[in-house]
Amino acid sequence: MDIAQLQAYGYFIMTAALAIGLYAYIYHLYSKRKDADGVDYEDYSNMALKDDIADTPVNATSRDKKYRDGTKKVGEKYE
Amino acid sequence: MNKNGPLEYDYSVSKLFIMNALFVGTIGMLVGVILAWEMAYPEFNTFLGEDLAEYTNFSRLRPLHTDSVIYGFTLSAVWASWYYLGQRVLKVSMAESKILMFIGKLHFWLYFSASAVIVLSLLMGITTSKEYAEFEWPLDLAITVVWTLWGASIAGLVGFRREKALYISIWYFIATFLAVAMLHLFNNMEIPTMFVTSPAGETMIGAWWHSVSMYAGTNDALVQWWFGHNAVAFVLTTPIIAMVYYFLPKESGQAIYSYKLSLLSFWGLMFVYIWAGGHHMLYSTVPDWMQTMGSVFSVILILPSWGSAINMLLTMKGEWQQVASSPLIKFMVLGSTFYMFSTLEGPIQAIKSVNAIAHFTDWIIGHVHDGALGWVGFMVIAAIYHMAPRIFRREIYSKSLMNMQFWIQTLGVVLYFTSMWIAGITQGMMWRAHDEFGNLAYSFIDTVTVLHPYYTIRAVGGTLYLIGFVMFVYNIYKTTSAREVEEHELQNASPMGA
Repeated sequence: MDIAQLQAYGYFIMTAALAIGLYAYIYHLYSKRKDADGVDYEDYSNMALKDDIADTPVNATSRDKKYRDGTKKVGEKYE
Repeated sequence: MNKNGPLEYDYSVSKLFIMNALFVGTIGMLVGVILAWEMAYPEFNTFLGEDLAEYTNFSRLRPLHTDSVIYGFTLSAVWASWYYLGQRVLKVSMAESKILMFIGKLHFWLYFSASAVIVLSLLMGITTSKEYAEFEWPLDLAITVVWTLWGASIAGLVGFRREKALYISIWYFIATFLAVAMLHLFNNMEIPTMFVTSPAGETMIGAWWHSVSMYAGTNDALVQWWFGHNAVAFVLTTPIIAMVYYFLPKESGQAIYSYKLSLLSFWGLMFVYIWAGGHHMLYSTVPDWMQTMGSVFSVILILPSWGSAINMLLTMKGEWQQVASSPLIKFMVLGSTFYMFSTLEGPIQAIKSVNAIAHFTDWIIGHVHDGALGWVGFMVIAAIYHMAPRIFRREIYSKSLMNMQFWIQTLGVVLYFTSMWIAGITQGMMWRAHDEFGNLAYSFIDTVTVLHPYYTIRAVGGTLYLIGFVMFVYNIYKTTSAREVEEHELQNASPMGA
């Protein structure tokens, strides 16, 4: 097998693998509907709609959750 | 920031980039209009007299036009949007970190200084002759630093965020950063000629800033168009999608039609776009399989592109009356429509049999401009109109001026691309026409004569777009002293004066 054939097979296999990967991802998105944290993907649209700094995050970072459980007020200091 | 007061977003870096976008946009488009009139009336090449002809002729001004609208106007608006919406969707303020603020300001001022040197160097005729990458090696290094600073800003804001997930716009910004970094580095692999000649240039081979590409012949062309097309992909497409995914939902108050569709369109686009550049090299000396790959991937590109475009348009589902009532929504909806339109036109041009007629003709220029003026230009204008009231805490000065601008610019875009369609296909057909013995039916000058009216129409179209842009700049300028607004007026639809 010469280099050109190898390239051709490699190209075909990679294209097929990536296409399968993409379709598997689409299947995953629409069958699970929620991500690993249990948040519905569609809720993430609210990251743009409710984007004031004092708005509650759709899914807060663990660091931010500490500030939201009552010990520190959101919007005052964050480090 | 008031230490004891509530935390607020800080738009100072965003404001600097907006000012630059307005300034460079005006200059870049003015140069474009001058070029269009030069094409229609060649005597206009010496409009400042024979002595200054070197600085006013088409070939000297052309890279100044392309580079200033792509890297000056568009990138400034992209960065203004990043420093504005990056904070908002990550729910973290620039004011919370002195380092991030320093990086942001350094990013702007280094970019501004490098741009000034680039303008001078292009005017002086210093160029590597690589399209959209004309800058010589010292400037390439400066660009690398500027780009790295943006990367640091992204990493900083993302690392500091309160939202765990990254909003779809952030994914598009990250893709822009990574792809352009790779494109810039690989396309600009070059050897300064001073390493093989004398820096003083006694050998007459060149000045200290001069360099030659590491690639030669066909390889150079291939790398150049891998870069060239992906510059369209990752400077004029992905960051603009990032902008529309934020500004359209925010301004209309509507959630994205399908967040899942936005995610899969993103990965589809990433997978496909990077392979499409080969379509610039159809019927050239690059390997045939590479040309076919370029064609095939260009056609497949319709799917992820339309996935995003349909998602943008369907976001307005049930709220179409906003298109009629708000000129700002008009700009975004027409921009998304032009995105659909040019992402259908591009793949058609990349089909080999169509390309046999389209290649090297004005149809390509028409395609570039329905994308650049209709999609990129309109989205940038909409983004700045949305940001201005929030940054200045004032209403947009005049809604009627905005409406007038919209219709003048739309007419300009339509005149531009329709004239170039006719000109391009006429050119393509005339170049290949021959008699029964194979003799060419026309000489080159025959095409020039036939195309003259269309070149004039194009120049008129460009002039209309520029007039609209000046109205836009005036409107934003007047916004800085318009009626002050309350916080609640800024939630969704931007406040506008009559």
